[in-house]
Amino acid sequence: MKYFYLVWKSLWRKKVRTILTILSVFVAFLLFGLLNALNQAFGGATDLANAQRLITLDKISIINSLPSAYLSRIESVAGVRRVAHASWFGGYYQDPRNQFAQFPVDPERYLDVYPELSIPDGQREEWLRKRDSVIVGRAVVDQFGWSVGDRIPIYSSIWTKKDGGQVWDFEIAGVFDNDDPRGNTAFMLIHYDYFDEGRAFGNGTIGWFILTIDDTANAASVANAIDTQFANSPNETKTDTEAAFAESLIGQYGNIALIITLILSAVFFTILLVAGNTMAQSVRERIPELAVLKTLGFDDGSVLRIVLAESTMVMLVGGILGLGTATIVVNVLLAGKIPIPGVYIDAEAISLGLVYMLLAGIVAGIFPAHRAMRLTIVDALSHV
Amino acid sequence: MNIELVKLQDISRIYQKGQEKVEVLHKLNLEIQRGDFLALMGPSGSGKTTLLNLIGGLDKPTSGSVIVGGEPLHTMSSGTLSTWRARHVGFIFQFYNLLPVLTAQKNVELPLLLTNFSGKERAKRAATALSIVGLEDRAKHYPRELSGGQEQRVAIARAIVSDPTLLLCDEPTGDLDRETAGEILELLQALNRNHEKTIVMVTHDAQAAGFANHILHMDKGTLAKEMAA
Repeated sequence: MKYFYLVWKSLWRKKVRTILTILSVFVAFLLFGLLNALNQAFGGATDLANAQRLITLDKISIINSLPSAYLSRIESVAGVRRVAHASWFGGYYQDPRNQFAQFPVDPERYLDVYPELSIPDGQREEWLRKRDSVIVGRAVVDQFGWSVGDRIPIYSSIWTKKDGGQVWDFEIAGVFDNDDPRGNTAFMLIHYDYFDEGRAFGNGTIGWFILTIDDTANAASVANAIDTQFANSPNETKTDTEAAFAESLIGQYGNIALIITLILSAVFFTILLVAGNTMAQSVRERIPELAVLKTLGFDDGSVLRIVLAESTMVMLVGGILGLGTATIVVNVLLAGKIPIPGVYIDAEAISLGLVYMLLAGIVAGIFPAHRAMRLTIVDALSHV
Repeated sequence: MNIELVKLQDISRIYQKGQEKVEVLHKLNLEIQRGDFLALMGPSGSGKTTLLNLIGGLDKPTSGSVIVGGEPLHTMSSGTLSTWRARHVGFIFQFYNLLPVLTAQKNVELPLLLTNFSGKERAKRAATALSIVGLEDRAKHYPRELSGGQEQRVAIARAIVSDPTLLLCDEPTGDLDRETAGEILELLQALNRNHEKTIVMVTHDAQAAGFANHILHMDKGTLAKEMAA
């Protein structure tokens, strides 16, 4: 620590060069933060999935509906604890660009199987009581500036009402949050009964079932029992864990994790070259100064540590600024405004970033530091 | 009573330059008494700086022994020599060799980073060293804001801050005008007389050498003769 001042001042020997290097590190870790958050959202969807939840949907396609009568038959399967259902409403608010997810659901059942969704008791009661009311996730409320009691017109591109209209009018009964900070709140929940009675077609069908089971170890056998029950029917089902369901959805986008890893690898490789070159130049220019330090009694190890500390400090300053900016942007400024659930920079990502900063600092500085360490005083002083 | 501080016995220093071996010092013997102020003179390439480097533990002889303060420098490892230098020797160079990114105060504090002194103690000692060289009012100035003479005074303060026994000066006035050089030499003389520092100074300048107690002339790697200062 007593060398901190010396290291810090040496870092600013060439201000413009140091600032440019720190800027490049800043950009690298800004990218690291943003891409990591995206990766978290895609890869993390499976983490967020509850191991005790299974999803039952049409075997052919999620677009096909299932009869609502399946609910009691699924509920009767041994090992099933609670069954809820949801359907795709496909609406937007005022402008087609204002798309967000809405699901007609059985309120009590849905909240039972998604206990991580939290809503004040009074608002919950109000929603259960009023059939044309909805509860809206915090992200959506923040996006549109809504508040409890507002009436909101939602245009559905799929579901025409019996009167021929496509605009559904709802009252906001409550706002829900997700106990998991990475969890999704970018959707709205509608009374299924109100929706089913109001729609012009498709009555008595639902999109998919969500069920909780007693024991995660029995997930495969429960899923098999459900699908067997509907085998050879007009609406065969496919039941899987929520994690597998999430994975299959993510798989449609390609291997996001691999793409992100490749981009970050390229970025970090470039940063190592930039920072390594900067440190090499810095050491080359300071050979007489380093020789003076050695003359004064700084041993080889101290000189090595001083140069390594400089390169690590460049990485830490740029990296903390970059990752800090990414964290503020993702977790604060864009919180709830990103239509992809789970976009979040967590403590694990920040810790990983710090480890990368330290590693990059050491890798970028090791060769210049080694050169500085090996300087012969008599030769180096002759550079004056 | 004279007490021997430096004793060089049969010192040779040979450098390998490509295929060629260059003998810079040849079987040189020298004793320097504690409290002495010795000037080393001689033409370029006579081995003055090499001799200074050997006495200061910056270099090792090819053969022979270097004993300073009773310690055999020629047998010490690089790490031990670093520690020894930090404790016992102060170096003053022709071009001052101050770190441009540090203020005068922080430059003087540099050798104290190798001690266990607290930051406050380091600052106090550096301030004392700066006051000895008459630069207490320039403590916050960077080297670029100082004149050549002032820079050399800061370098002297840095050399004496850890209270070494031995001061080694390599052309300390070589980059200064006559008047400033005189001031620096008077300062070195005062350090020798009032603070009992043993000083070995390499110089080309006979007038500068006149400030020393003894003058030794070197030629082709050997001591040519001793002259009274």
